Amino acid sequence: MPESTDPRELPGADPHTGNRKVDPVTGYETTGHDWGGITELNTAFPKLVIWALVLTFLYSVITWILLPAWPTGRDYTRGLLGLDQGVEAVKGFRDLAAGRQDWMSHFTGENFAALQSDTGLMAAALPAAERLFADNCAACHGVSGQGGPGFPVLSDGYWMWSGDPEAIAETIRFGINSDHPDTRFAKMPAFDWMERSDRSALAQLVADLPNGPVKRHSPAAALFANNCASCHGENGSGGLETGAPSLTDGSVIYGQDEQTVLNTITHGRHGVMPSWADRLSDAQINLLALYVAQLSELSNEVAQ
Amino acid sequence: MTSTLSISERQIGLLLSVLLILLGLTMAAAARHGVMAAHGFMALALGLGLVFILGSAIYDPEPPKARMTRYYDAPTRFGIMMTLVWAMIGMGFGVWVAALLYWPEATPAVPWTSFGRLRPVHTTGIIFGFGGNALIATSFHVLQRTSRARLADSISPWFVLLGYNLFCLWAVTGYLMGSTQSKEYAEAEWYADLWLVVVWVTYFTLYIRTLARRNEPHIYVANWYYMAFILVVAMLHIVNNLALPVRWTAAESFPVWSGVQDAMVQWWYGHNAVAFLLTAGFLGMLYYFLPVRSGRPIWSYRLSIVSFWGITFFYIWVGSHHLHYTALPYWAQTLGMTFSVMLLVPSWASAGNAIATLNGAWHKVRDDATLRFMFVAAVFYGLSTFEGSFLAIRPVNSLSHYTDWTVGHVHSGTLGWVAMIVFGAIYTLVPQLSGREAMASPRAIEWHFWLAVTGTLIYVVAMWNAGITQGLMWRAYDENGALSYSFVESVEAMAPYYLLRTIGGALFLTGAVICAWNCRATMRAAMGEAADRPLAPQPAE
Repeated sequence: MPESTDPRELPGADPHTGNRKVDPVTGYETTGHDWGGITELNTAFPKLVIWALVLTFLYSVITWILLPAWPTGRDYTRGLLGLDQGVEAVKGFRDLAAGRQDWMSHFTGENFAALQSDTGLMAAALPAAERLFADNCAACHGVSGQGGPGFPVLSDGYWMWSGDPEAIAETIRFGINSDHPDTRFAKMPAFDWMERSDRSALAQLVADLPNGPVKRHSPAAALFANNCASCHGENGSGGLETGAPSLTDGSVIYGQDEQTVLNTITHGRHGVMPSWADRLSDAQINLLALYVAQLSELSNEVAQ
Repeated sequence: MTSTLSISERQIGLLLSVLLILLGLTMAAAARHGVMAAHGFMALALGLGLVFILGSAIYDPEPPKARMTRYYDAPTRFGIMMTLVWAMIGMGFGVWVAALLYWPEATPAVPWTSFGRLRPVHTTGIIFGFGGNALIATSFHVLQRTSRARLADSISPWFVLLGYNLFCLWAVTGYLMGSTQSKEYAEAEWYADLWLVVVWVTYFTLYIRTLARRNEPHIYVANWYYMAFILVVAMLHIVNNLALPVRWTAAESFPVWSGVQDAMVQWWYGHNAVAFLLTAGFLGMLYYFLPVRSGRPIWSYRLSIVSFWGITFFYIWVGSHHLHYTALPYWAQTLGMTFSVMLLVPSWASAGNAIATLNGAWHKVRDDATLRFMFVAAVFYGLSTFEGSFLAIRPVNSLSHYTDWTVGHVHSGTLGWVAMIVFGAIYTLVPQLSGREAMASPRAIEWHFWLAVTGTLIYVVAMWNAGITQGLMWRAYDENGALSYSFVESVEAMAPYYLLRTIGGALFLTGAVICAWNCRATMRAAMGEAADRPLAPQPAE
């Protein structure tokens, strides 16, 4: 423990004058402390550091005066600028929305044909629609609407509920099998009660459907007529009103190889498209519907 | 390890190991299955191993009485070994998750290799495993040398090191098995947190007891920093981890904090983990090893005092700058921002003090890769503290927050500052503790140095570019007022930077592996113990 604070008795100090060793490189004297060879210089406090401290203190004091800063019990100092981050955030949001208003407001109405024919308006809106699609839809349907296993292709011109913008808007707004009360509903029931051999025969038949019409009078055809035709149609061509997909057009969601079809027949399908009514505005939904409708038109043009 | 302990100390150690076995058994038996049971078995295995080691040496001859006149370096040696083991684990996982971001399919389809589980293994492995072990190991060394006193007893250093590493092991294996508190840098579950409190209190007690026995009139600066590190980390850890276990028999709990208070407590903890673990402790390391290696006096004692109190006082306030533009009240954000700016001066005073200390030793910086590690550490310390204060300014933060700029900033601190000063300290310590003049391969130190500097620069510059690109893309609007980019476009734009980051990290990891190999070779070729010893005889126990 410390024996003495007398500078003359400190290690490194001259025992008579109390002066300490001077460092030959810097010319400063040391503090006299010594820890197994580690010493410290008694350098004067640099002026630069004092100025820097003063400067940052000044910055802070000015900031405290201008902005909300110190709590005072139940309240806080409001600051001369009177800023409130909630108000600022709402204002920023409104300003941005106002900048879009001159073209965005046209999309609140649902006269899709008129909107589609207004090329100037669509040219202004489609870049925004593309980003809306990428931010909200692409995670499942792919950046260019190319779909994936379990997620329908949006760019191929084949539809379960029709490709009109009105129908697409409804799907986006309410979803399919979603928790919205107005949701579209589509369920492929499970046929797990059916004999496995029958299910296999049906799977084989369905897997062959895109190659041509069903041979009538076969046992599998009878099974199809009794169990599948009520939704998918006698020829398996589906129905836009029921959401039952066509089985003949080669367009698939889950796959039309025998194994996948057997899986679908055995366990059923109950895919979900969420409702976007609470997340996107009406104008945004309508704009997206027009964009999605145009996706398949674009791909048709490319095909032709 | 056992040869440095007296027979009675071995008996106490044996008793503690049996208690650890009982603890492990209780945990495993109570939980029966799941993460807590697995952790119980780990404690059980560690206890059994220790019983085996101590039991087989229980009747070995007593160590020479003269041991009390020497410093106790065996725990430091073990701590350095664990530092290097954790360096390879933590950095290895870091390179893995970096690769996952560039190449997401690199994940095998099993739950424990998902990004969300691997990432905390990286952060905990580095901060606690690598950083924590380095701090404990060097603190034992620095404490004894600057106090000219032997550690106050021979058991608690082992309890601290082994207990601490058990905590780290529990933490990272828990994450892989899906157990987490979902608090950044505090993911470990409640029983691991409680265990760490016991370990930490023992550590603090040991530190204070040894310091009280010092034979120097003054307490050296390095010890102030180490003590600030130990004391404040205890406070942060306890407050942030206050939680109610769902059951006493499972690794599940709910924090007592909720909502914005939880966020504020979390970032008060999170930023001060940066301040007192990743800064204060390593400043202690810098303040000891830099003057020792350069043979120069600390440039300014007065500057040391002002920086120490400036850093400890200002840092505690700045956590709220992690929550700019959130539900946290504006006034708390303003305070966090202004204190962050004031913090810059004491931080730069420390960095400046370190660099000015090298006056008169620049030829050594040129020739000695070990000292160069410390110099680069001081420079990166200055750089990242400037960057930190800058990013804490609200409008700047509106660009940088949630981007990879933050990741770049953290890594300029952890790679450039923390890891560099650790390597500088290790290359100074390992030969000394092995009774040698130099490391087994001085050339390997040069290789390590250049790999580390290149890796850090590639990493940090890539992340600066990535972050600023992201920030600008997210806030860009076209002439019609619509967003110019979708989010996924900003992700696609990251690909080259994520690749560069992986390369930079891999270079850094390679350097660390070389270091571990070099240290192992040096320790294996040890010529004896450290030559220095306390001048005053130590009291018998």
